[in-house]
Amino acid sequence: MADLDPLRLTARDAKRLLVDGQISSAELAKVYLDQIAAVEDQVRAFILVTYDNVAKYSTKVDREMQALRGPLAGLPIAIKDNLVTEKVTTTCASRILRNYMPIYTATAVRKVWDDHVVMLGKTNMDEFAMGSSTENSAFHRTRNPWDLATVPGGSSGGSAAAVAAGEALWALGSDTGGSIRQPAALCGVVGMKPTYGAVSRYGLVAFASSLDQIGPLTRSVYDCALLLQHIVGHDPMDSTSVELPEPIALPDARRLDGLRVGIPAEYLAAGIEPGVRARFEETIARVEELGGSCKEISLPHTEYALPAYYIIAPAEASANLARFDGVRYGYRAENADGLLDMYERTRGEGFGAEVKRRIMIGTYALSAGYYDAYYGRAQRVRTLVRRDFERAFAQVDLIASPTSPSVAFAAGSRTADPLAMYMCDICTIPANLAGLPAISIPCGLSDGLPVGFQLIGPAFGENRILQAAHALEGALGFDPAPSFRDSRVAEPGAAA
Amino acid sequence: MISEDDVRYVAKLARLRLEADEVGRMTGELAGILGHIDKMSELELAGVEATAHVLDVVNVLRPDKPRASLSRDDALRNAPAVSNDSFRVPRMG
Repeated sequence: MADLDPLRLTARDAKRLLVDGQISSAELAKVYLDQIAAVEDQVRAFILVTYDNVAKYSTKVDREMQALRGPLAGLPIAIKDNLVTEKVTTTCASRILRNYMPIYTATAVRKVWDDHVVMLGKTNMDEFAMGSSTENSAFHRTRNPWDLATVPGGSSGGSAAAVAAGEALWALGSDTGGSIRQPAALCGVVGMKPTYGAVSRYGLVAFASSLDQIGPLTRSVYDCALLLQHIVGHDPMDSTSVELPEPIALPDARRLDGLRVGIPAEYLAAGIEPGVRARFEETIARVEELGGSCKEISLPHTEYALPAYYIIAPAEASANLARFDGVRYGYRAENADGLLDMYERTRGEGFGAEVKRRIMIGTYALSAGYYDAYYGRAQRVRTLVRRDFERAFAQVDLIASPTSPSVAFAAGSRTADPLAMYMCDICTIPANLAGLPAISIPCGLSDGLPVGFQLIGPAFGENRILQAAHALEGALGFDPAPSFRDSRVAEPGAAA
Repeated sequence: MISEDDVRYVAKLARLRLEADEVGRMTGELAGILGHIDKMSELELAGVEATAHVLDVVNVLRPDKPRASLSRDDALRNAPAVSNDSFRVPRMG
């Protein structure tokens, strides 16, 4: 068996080792289970590690390797815990779903299972995907493998941290306002939100249905394309899903000749940390070295995107989360005085503070007398944000920005101020409002912490994004292995 | 400006029990968030159509054919309380 480094191994290379017979699926799965045993106490990326499932399916793949020679057979994956998995608990990191045992499987998960991908476990997240730090999990917080004192981002923080820590070869997450891209940026991995409708949302526990998309978190852009290839497409169970106009291609670009990249002035106007700005500007220089051209563009309604998002997403969430009422599934409060009291206590005890906040904002915004001032207005702002992108894509092929205004921040530093937490997503939210595909790739370190570089494309421009990201990734040569340091603990030998 | 009474009323609409200490905190937090959201009122939005959904798909239909659905046992499997093959809930009112 080859000596494998889980911190650097890509799915592309693992697949080659499997096909060449240099490693078995069971041996490959063991690499990740060993890494989980070694670092999970520190990182805590998982809500559930499915040891039995790994043993059963990796053995099955090995036994039937000839018959199962699917493109992804035997490659282990971690799944965000808001994707339902039959007979495997799916909690959304919420007390209200703590013991929920789904009776069906999400289409995106079903597709990778059908390709004989082995599920390692379910990853931690902000409760119901509401948050940017994975601190809103009802169970435990996840730590960033680059500095255990900092957050991994969120809401797909468990998936991002699991990949960064070498506890998974790759992972699935979901992105409503940046929940794949921002944790990918903070953990130094690749994360992509596809075009709205590209991936079926069937079995993704709904947060904001007009914004939610499932997507990959991986160690390379090639892996991102490989995984995306296998989860896209129309699904009769999700009437908002569509067939892509062209299939997802595996990227091979080394150059960016002729590519026109726009840099929105509004995204760099304020609040970007100096270290993030420096890495971003160096990456833009790389774009030009590779033959691309960069120019400043304007997306004039950017400053209104965050306010519109914080009406639309909570409004949709308040309707979607109405189903958690203690009747059909999930937690039910005891000793209630009648049905109404049972509803109110169940929801009051079952939901955490951030989920309650969003339900309250959404209910308020949709209530009589406020609908036009908030929800109606936000939907019109959404149109303006879309038009900004349409105008921009008449002049440029892709739009580039930092993914997150900051690198990973200290745990607890933003939990007291909801608005400060919401600002994490200022560069990622507009793509969700417009339904556009966007990727985050690591572009270097600032103070030892990863910086994410975002590329946004036109609708169904996934291949253009993946090719450009692949060429850039090759030029940047980012080393994805984190240090597992803890900045709260003094370095041995450091002066007091 | 949102008041504590507004918060209690909205919580009632949302079927969400808030403890006394939560009402005060929630009122302050919502006031801050709504203050930021009010930035939208700077824009002239007359004549701008609303976007409810970004895709150009409307009225997606499927053939009206009977097909297998969830079994009763599966539908009840996660229920906190069941009686007579039904979801059991506390008394109304």
